[in-house]
Amino acid sequence: MDPVHRRIARADIRLRGFPPILLYASPSSRHEIPLVQVVPSLSLSLPSPRRSRPFTHSLLPSPPSLSFFDSRRPLHAPQLLPLPKRPSNCLAEVKETMTREECENGPADMLIDGNKARAPREKQGNSVPDKFNSNYLKFYYGKLFPFSDIFKWMSYGNDGKHPGCDQTYFGRREFSFTLDNDIYLRFQSFTSAAELESSIQEKCPFKIDIGPVYSVDPAKRHAYAQSGDNVFTPVERELIFDIDMSDYDDVRYCCSGADVCLECWPLMTVAIKVIDTALRDDFGFNHILWVYSGRRGVHCWVCDRKARRLSNEQRASIADYFRVYKGNENSDKKVSLTSPALHPFLARSYTEVLEGIFEEKLLLSQNILATEERYEKILDMIPDESVTAELRGKWQEKRQSSISNDINVVRWEQLKQLLQSGKHKGKGLRRYVEEIVFSFTYPRLDMEVSKHMNHLLKAPFCVHPKTGRVCVPIDPNSCEEFDPTAVPTLSMLLEELNQGGVRGDVGDAGDFPFDPRSGQNFTWKVN
Amino acid sequence: MQPLRSHHQNDAIPALPLYRSAPPLEVRLEDFELYAIDRLRVLKAMSDGLSRGKNPEEMEKLVKGLLRANMRHPQASEDVNKDIISHFVLRLVYCRTEDLRKWFLSMETALFRYRFLLLTSNDHRRAVMAEFNLPYKAVSNAEYEGVKDKLGQVARSIGQPPPTANDIFYKVPFEEVPELVANRKVYIHKGYAYVAMNQVVSLVVTQFRSHLSKALILTNRKWTSTIREQEKDRLTPIVEALSTSYLGPDYSQPRESAEISIKDLDQIAKSSFPLCMRHLFEKLREDHHLKHGGRMQLGLFLKGVGLKLDDALAFWRAEFSQKVGAERFEKEYAYGIRHNYGKEGKRTDYTPFSCQKIISSTPGVGDNHGCPFRHFSEENLRAALSRMGVGTRAMEDVMDKVRNRHYQIACTLTFEAVHSSTCDAGINHPNQYFIDSQKILQSKNQSPGGS
Repeated sequence: MDPVHRRIARADIRLRGFPPILLYASPSSRHEIPLVQVVPSLSLSLPSPRRSRPFTHSLLPSPPSLSFFDSRRPLHAPQLLPLPKRPSNCLAEVKETMTREECENGPADMLIDGNKARAPREKQGNSVPDKFNSNYLKFYYGKLFPFSDIFKWMSYGNDGKHPGCDQTYFGRREFSFTLDNDIYLRFQSFTSAAELESSIQEKCPFKIDIGPVYSVDPAKRHAYAQSGDNVFTPVERELIFDIDMSDYDDVRYCCSGADVCLECWPLMTVAIKVIDTALRDDFGFNHILWVYSGRRGVHCWVCDRKARRLSNEQRASIADYFRVYKGNENSDKKVSLTSPALHPFLARSYTEVLEGIFEEKLLLSQNILATEERYEKILDMIPDESVTAELRGKWQEKRQSSISNDINVVRWEQLKQLLQSGKHKGKGLRRYVEEIVFSFTYPRLDMEVSKHMNHLLKAPFCVHPKTGRVCVPIDPNSCEEFDPTAVPTLSMLLEELNQGGVRGDVGDAGDFPFDPRSGQNFTWKVN
Repeated sequence: MQPLRSHHQNDAIPALPLYRSAPPLEVRLEDFELYAIDRLRVLKAMSDGLSRGKNPEEMEKLVKGLLRANMRHPQASEDVNKDIISHFVLRLVYCRTEDLRKWFLSMETALFRYRFLLLTSNDHRRAVMAEFNLPYKAVSNAEYEGVKDKLGQVARSIGQPPPTANDIFYKVPFEEVPELVANRKVYIHKGYAYVAMNQVVSLVVTQFRSHLSKALILTNRKWTSTIREQEKDRLTPIVEALSTSYLGPDYSQPRESAEISIKDLDQIAKSSFPLCMRHLFEKLREDHHLKHGGRMQLGLFLKGVGLKLDDALAFWRAEFSQKVGAERFEKEYAYGIRHNYGKEGKRTDYTPFSCQKIISSTPGVGDNHGCPFRHFSEENLRAALSRMGVGTRAMEDVMDKVRNRHYQIACTLTFEAVHSSTCDAGINHPNQYFIDSQKILQSKNQSPGGS
């Protein structure tokens, strides 16, 4: 290894299932400081008798154990750890009863996720669901939130001792906190990981947002004259994208609004694949982090140096490059691909991602052509009357009992056949097949998020207040296996920690185990 | 730096200076003002043309005519000097505030673009590129072979003929050509865009704009620090007079007499709001909610109409609390309204959006802002217009304009149909529509006996 690099801070961060990641700084060279996905390993190891601490918040390769942030769909249904044998300690008995109650609440919570009936719960104004409360959060910030990894990431190598490091860099980054009572604190800044940590632990924010790096410390912004020369201004900011499932409500039938389920989640998979490929192959970016937003979407952070220095106009141009879906309920067609050929980016997206997921997953899981109401919606996208009349004729017949093929598949084949065969004389009919597929699958970005340098975005590893789920990273290479309904929730994490503690290790007596209900620590007596 | 000369001296197109540095010329005081006024006439006419929705070919023709009419000097050799001098004088005039800079920058950039397009020979264009020190290398033959399929695909996708081996392409970092990237008019690979010769205009325009933008800031600094004081008896009065006369009102300060109370809103919405604001208003009443774009567009419009901050808060609260509750309104939305009135944050008193800004916005899913003439489907537009009271004959005229993308003219025709009177000025601003409408209605009220 290059001696320069050897001298510099280096952290090997490994997460089971995720590729190994290196983060190192080389400010002396002109080269890019390679920041790759910061995916810390936070794993609760089933405590073995030899371990003195019940769990490790560690950067070392994790032993085979339950890894919290491995949110691939598990091979078996996620189970809570089996209850340990009753120790003779009476305190432990009480603890055990409490944890069993936690168990009972656990699976039920998870089952509700896929169910639309959950919607009324969302609307409750003040009561917090079992999965999330500020005591849990306090503990989470106390034990699990990866402060030093976030600090290392946000420093982009400037936290080293090398003379080329900019010591002010991290301190010029804006953070914002949303506190329990909806109090919103902007322009928070910190000069070290320790400061970041203590402020978050003290304030216990329900949401942490990350903003840009400014020209000066945001806390000192008022000292600089706002004279139109804009001395206080953003200078660096990751290129970010926000994709929200509720923007797809007009093309998904299984859920709407804030709900997501495994039937509509493939839309996010499509978005990740299409955009990730374009960011790497077309734009030449390398350091890309995808994060689950905690409820109904995904965020993307592009951290290359070139990306961080893009102007608002350049960001807008990239967002526009990705935009296909235009319009809303007032306009007619939302996707219009009128030219004789597709741009190579769209063509690649279609053949590599969109067509496959549409035909193999969404067509069936969303029953896109199964009923008259639904197929009329598709027929509305085909302006050619002779085609639509013929299709309608076929489909209005009594439903053919085709045992071997799903009706959606049959009808889709008929539609494709008609439009692509050349039987009807309309111009550009083939294009409508693609327009339909694009309408139902192509990513829909929130343009405003990407366009402005000063836009704030939720930090990874926050906990979503409405679902209790942790905003975990997603590996784009295996994003089709990501299961949003199996993402660890705050109460799941604490449950596991408590389970680990009951095995009888001493640990830090003051910290552990933790009573999630009362927010108090038990003192632990060992017989 | 030598400006280029076109080969045809009789041509209306003067050479294409890049205004890199102020010329060491002597100017007579009256020429100082006259040259500037001539150029300003050109810029203003261009601005009008753009807001009337002229397409690029029409604009090129327009610019050619304007230059011929305004920028010539009795001595042909002095054309270039007039060009340069007038530009620099206007820099002084338009450097002084953010709004002025923005307008000047966009007009000068547009003027540069059309003049570049009017350059007929490739040599001239290449010379301009060289002036900008654009370091871009042409794509080698070997590399061309590797990407020609993709280049062909892109060409077909934008309706251009496929490239041949003789065509020159430039490999350019994608950040340098945001327009081409945004419209997917180039093939991009690993961070580089492959730009065709005919797209080179985009490159130079971007460079021109960024140079001018920086220059304007510097000019402003110099103006405020030294020039304004030094020249207070000579140039300063001229400069200050020049800027105010041509931009037109921005409707940020409602007139003294105009004060609207909440109870009037429903009625004036029906009678005097342009379609874009009517739609937002109706949607707000219907859904008790609007997304951010809609809140900005309608909120600032109402401010321009004369709605005071307290009334505005009451109005939005009354609607939003039906959907999200009064508490959430206070927490999440009230701040934004106060921000619009300049009471929060950096305390800018925001100006209501002009038609140009509204037309160029991009409403997405769940949005209701933007210009309905542009963004509505034909069916929805017809329905909305007939609810406004536009008759069948006028409807066809309006739809014809919409099809040709003359959105503001369509709105003007709508105004004329609804109010049964002519609107000569043409609609450039929703608040202008409102004020003109109110004027007509009030004059009708004042003469009840008359027709």
